[in-house]
Amino acid sequence: MRTALMFIIILLLSHNSIAAISTYEFKDESTKERFYQLTYELRCPKCQNQNLQDSNSPISADLRQEIYRMLESGKTDNEIVNFMVERYGNFIRYRPEVNTMTYFLWYGPFILLAIGIFAIIFISLRSSNKNKTQINLKQEENEQLQKLLDERHD
Amino acid sequence: MRRIILFVPLLFFIGIGLFLWKGLQLDPKALPSALLDKPFPTFKLSSLKDSERILQQIDIQGEPALVNVWATWCTACKQEHGQLNIIQSEGYRLIGINYKDKREEAQLWLENNNSPYLFNIFDDKGRLGIDLGVYGIPESYIIDAKGVIRYKHVGIIDDRQWKKMKSLLNMLRKDKGKV
Repeated sequence: MRTALMFIIILLLSHNSIAAISTYEFKDESTKERFYQLTYELRCPKCQNQNLQDSNSPISADLRQEIYRMLESGKTDNEIVNFMVERYGNFIRYRPEVNTMTYFLWYGPFILLAIGIFAIIFISLRSSNKNKTQINLKQEENEQLQKLLDERHD
Repeated sequence: MRRIILFVPLLFFIGIGLFLWKGLQLDPKALPSALLDKPFPTFKLSSLKDSERILQQIDIQGEPALVNVWATWCTACKQEHGQLNIIQSEGYRLIGINYKDKREEAQLWLENNNSPYLFNIFDDKGRLGIDLGVYGIPESYIIDAKGVIRYKHVGIIDDRQWKKMKSLLNMLRKDKGKV
């Protein structure tokens, strides 16, 4: 009962905090959507592990205001992100741009995955080949082995 | 040969380990300024002292200068104040940007505390701050005679930091002499 009550209280509180941030009036739904997308993907330069949407710091409030202003004046998402990068550097993007500097960042994991898969295939193929050749070629030795094992059982 | 191949994953691991270990040594708060070696952003704002006087680009150019972003609500800026007075007394050009502050309060603070600034740009809305990429004051920029940003420092300027900045300012002064 008590946990349920706590849960409800927490839910109510979190709802309030969301309501406190979103005080902007948008001309349409898609602009609102873009605003949330942009503030979600741009990082607060002051409080580094939060995005602009989460952060309560004054600089984030200013930047949200700035994004809102640019959206209302008809700027594209690209223009807005570039505006931020020009001022705060690539750091501000939570999703870094794909360029020569970030190729490894973007594709490195896939390369590592491919290397891993090849290694597994290579190792398993080699070990299965080895087993086959042993059984086929060393007939005599097998008999010898069998004999040894039998001796041990006695 | 087969033996050597066995060591490849270990070497790989050591490589990644070193890379990540190096990453841990970096200061995550030290953001490189995106504006380095770019001209100071354009602005048209009033002077803190005299709301009638409009300051622009041209007012900060002509000689290398230290541009300091500050406010009365920022306690670290007040701590830095003494150092700024030393910088001014050593004969360097110091320009202030009064960031998101109240005009009267800032004026009063400077009157009572011996202003080190040649003049102050009054940026009450923080628009110039955004154009400069300011995210945590005090911040200081070194600009050359042409008004190009050559250095950025976030945080209080201490003795050691000032020595570094001073040598850059001296170098810029010499460069200007040659031209």
